[in-house]
Amino acid sequence: MSQIEVPMPQMGESIAEGTVSKWLKEVGDVVQRDEPILEISTDKVDAEIPSPSAGALVEILVAEGETVEVGTIVAYIDPNGAAADKADPAPPAHSEPTADTPPPIASASQVAPAEPVAPSPARAVTAPPPASEDPGAEEAMCTATSEERLRTRSTPVVRRIAAEAGVDISQVPGTGYQGRVTKQDILSFIESGQAAAVPAPAPPPQPERAPTPAAPTPAAPPAPAPVVPRPPRAPAPRPSAPAADELWLRFQREVDHAAFPVREEDRVETMDKVRRLTAEHMILAKRIHAHVHSIIEIDFTAVDRIRRQNKARWARRGARVSYTAFVAWACSRILRDFPTVNGVISGNNVIYRGAVNLGMAVDLNPGLIVPVIHDADDLSLVGMAKKIIDLATRAKDRQLSPGEIQGATFTITNPGVLGTMVGMPIIPKGTSAILGTGSIEKRVVVLTDSDTGDDSMAIRKRSYFSLGYDHRLVDGADSARFLSALRELLEDFPEDA
Amino acid sequence: MVKTRTPGAANRSCGPSPPSSWGHRTLAVRYTGRTGYPEALELQAALVEQRRNGEIPDTLLLLEHPHVVTLGSAGGRGHLRDSPGELAARGIGVYEAGRGGDVTYHGPGQLVGYPILDLKPDRRDLHAYLRSLEKVLIGALRTFGIDGQRDASATGVWAGGAKVAAIGIRVSSGWITSHGFALNVSTDLSYFDTIVPCGLHGCQVTSVSRFLGREIALDAVAPALVRAMAEEFGYGSVDDSSPSSGANSK
Repeated sequence: MSQIEVPMPQMGESIAEGTVSKWLKEVGDVVQRDEPILEISTDKVDAEIPSPSAGALVEILVAEGETVEVGTIVAYIDPNGAAADKADPAPPAHSEPTADTPPPIASASQVAPAEPVAPSPARAVTAPPPASEDPGAEEAMCTATSEERLRTRSTPVVRRIAAEAGVDISQVPGTGYQGRVTKQDILSFIESGQAAAVPAPAPPPQPERAPTPAAPTPAAPPAPAPVVPRPPRAPAPRPSAPAADELWLRFQREVDHAAFPVREEDRVETMDKVRRLTAEHMILAKRIHAHVHSIIEIDFTAVDRIRRQNKARWARRGARVSYTAFVAWACSRILRDFPTVNGVISGNNVIYRGAVNLGMAVDLNPGLIVPVIHDADDLSLVGMAKKIIDLATRAKDRQLSPGEIQGATFTITNPGVLGTMVGMPIIPKGTSAILGTGSIEKRVVVLTDSDTGDDSMAIRKRSYFSLGYDHRLVDGADSARFLSALRELLEDFPEDA
Repeated sequence: MVKTRTPGAANRSCGPSPPSSWGHRTLAVRYTGRTGYPEALELQAALVEQRRNGEIPDTLLLLEHPHVVTLGSAGGRGHLRDSPGELAARGIGVYEAGRGGDVTYHGPGQLVGYPILDLKPDRRDLHAYLRSLEKVLIGALRTFGIDGQRDASATGVWAGGAKVAAIGIRVSSGWITSHGFALNVSTDLSYFDTIVPCGLHGCQVTSVSRFLGREIALDAVAPALVRAMAEEFGYGSVDDSSPSSGANSK
C-alpha cells in the first residue's frame, strides 16, 4: 500500500509559503481526484488545493492556521482508501501509486529515500499543482529588478521584519525554497547580530534544520503525528524586537477562542457574525485596558424633586427627561475637569480629547450600539434629554448616520434600567473610562442634621454608580475625585440646568 | 508566462513570447450594476464552475456593492473599528469573503471588478496575477491623468500616498480566479473609518474623484478599466455585451 503526499503547492514564483486556512475534508473522508481538500492563503490570495489522487485522506499533518513553506507535506492520501471502503476490498496488485497523479513540479519536492527510515509503508512523492495539467516546465527567469527581487526573495512578513530592524534583505542568506529568505532566516540573522554590521560578507549562521523544506528529515516519523514538526528553532538569547512587536500586535488585534468538549444533549451552533465580532471586540478591549472599577452611592432626591416639579413644563416642550439625561448632563459638565478620564493612551502618547463626546450604550435586544452625543457639554438638560431619545429611537430603527456612532470620548451604560444594582462595564477601545449606572431604588439611610448633628433614618432614592477606568492613564484618586464631583453635582443639581 | 511585475515596456521583452493564440482570446465583460454581496458571491461561484468547464470565456464581472464590510482570510476582525451591531445599525452588512487579504469596505461609488479567469494555460503564478491586476488599475487611472503607484511591501494601488484600490483574490481548483479589485471612484470615504483599511494602521484611502477634485462617474471609469485589462492580459477581443448599461446603477 502506498500513500500519496499532498505538499503545499507552488502557487507562484515568489510565493514561498502558505497558511492552511481551512481543511475541507477530514481524515477518513474519501475524495475524488481534483476535488478540493483544503484551502490555503498567502497574502491577498486564497486558494483551494485539489486532491492529487482519488482515495482516502488518511493523515493531516498541518493544522489550520499553520504556515508552512512550499513543498511541505500537508497531508497523505491513500489511493486504495476509496476501494477499501467499498464491497470489494482487493486492491489491484499491480497498482502504480503515482500513475494517476500529476508529475511533480521540478525541484518542488524530492523523492523519498529508497530505504524507509522506519518500518512504514513507502510513500509515493508527488507535488501536484492546484490543477491537474502538466505545469509549465519552462520557467523563464527575467532579469530581476530590485523591486522584483525583493518580492521574489521574501514574503511580506519577512520584509516587514526586515524594515523594522533596518536590515537589507539582500544581505540575508535564504534557506527557503530556491534560496528564499524565510522568517526563520531573518530572525536568526537579526539575533546573530549581523544586522548591525550591514556590509558583513561573512556566511550566515545556518540554523539546525533540513536544507530544503521538502527534504524528508529523519525527525519526521511517518507515525500519524497530528502536526508536522516544525524545524527546531534555537532559543533566542534575548527576545528579538521584531518578534516581540509582532506578538504584541497580535495580542492587541487578534482573538482566538478556546474550544471545549461538547456533552450529551448539548446544542452546538456556530456563532453568528455579530456575536463573534462582539466577542472579539470585548476581548480586545479587556486586553488593552488595565481595568479597575470604583463604586460610589449617589442620592437622587434632588434629581427626583426637580424631575417631578418640571415634568409638566418639559412635557409641554416635548421632552421626557430621564434619569439618564441628568447623569449624562452632569458627566458632560465635569469631564473637562478630568482630562485623563476624557483622554486615551495612544502608543507612547496620551491624547487629551478636545471635545466631550458621550457614548450612550443602547440595548437593541439582541445586540448593542453606542450612539455618540457630540459636544455634549454644549447641551442644556432638556437638549440632552431630547438628543438621547432621538439617538436611541433612531438606533433601534437602524437610522443612525456614521458620524453618530463614532468619536466617543467617554461612555455611559445603564444596566440599572433592567434592575441591576451595579455593573462592572468593559471600557470601549479608544477611550479610558465608562460609567455604569445601577438601578435607582428606595433605601433606608442614616442622615445627619447639619445644624444639630443629630442622626436620623430616612427613606431616600439612591443608586450605585461604577466607574470602569484604564489604570494606565487614570489613577485611583482621579477616579475617586471624578465620582465625588459627579455625586456632588447630582445631589445638588442646579435648578437652571 | 510574461513577467509583468514592473511598469514599463522594457520588461515585456523578457521571458518567452506570448503564444500566438493570445490574440484570439476573448474577454467577456458583464455588468450587473448594484449587486448585493451574497448575490455576487453566488454569481462568482457559478461563473467559476462554468469557466472551469469551458462553458464561458475569461469573464470580467463589473459591479457596485451596497455598503458592506468584508473579511478576508487574513482575519482582521480586530481591524473593524465598530462593533457589528453598530455597523448593522448603519445598514452595513459584514461578510466573510473567502478571498485573500484583510478587511475591506465596499459601497456605492466603488467600481468592483471580479475577473473569472483560467490561469491554467500560461499564467500559473498568483503573485504575478496580483501584479497584473495592479497594472490594470494603474493603466485605468492613467486615463484620468492619475499616476497610480505600487507599494513594494503591500498589494494594492496608491495615488498621492493614499490607497485608491484594494486587491484580494481567490483561486479555485483548476486555477480559476475569483474576487479581484475594488477601485474607489466616487466612494464616500468616511465609511472606511469603520475599518482599518488593508489592516495597515495609518493607511489613508482616497478616490478618483477626491484625487481629481471633481466627480467622476463609475461608468466613465469602467471602459478604461476594460481596455487596460485587455491590454495587460492580451485579450484580442472584448465581448462587452452591455456597455451602455454601465456599472453605475445609482
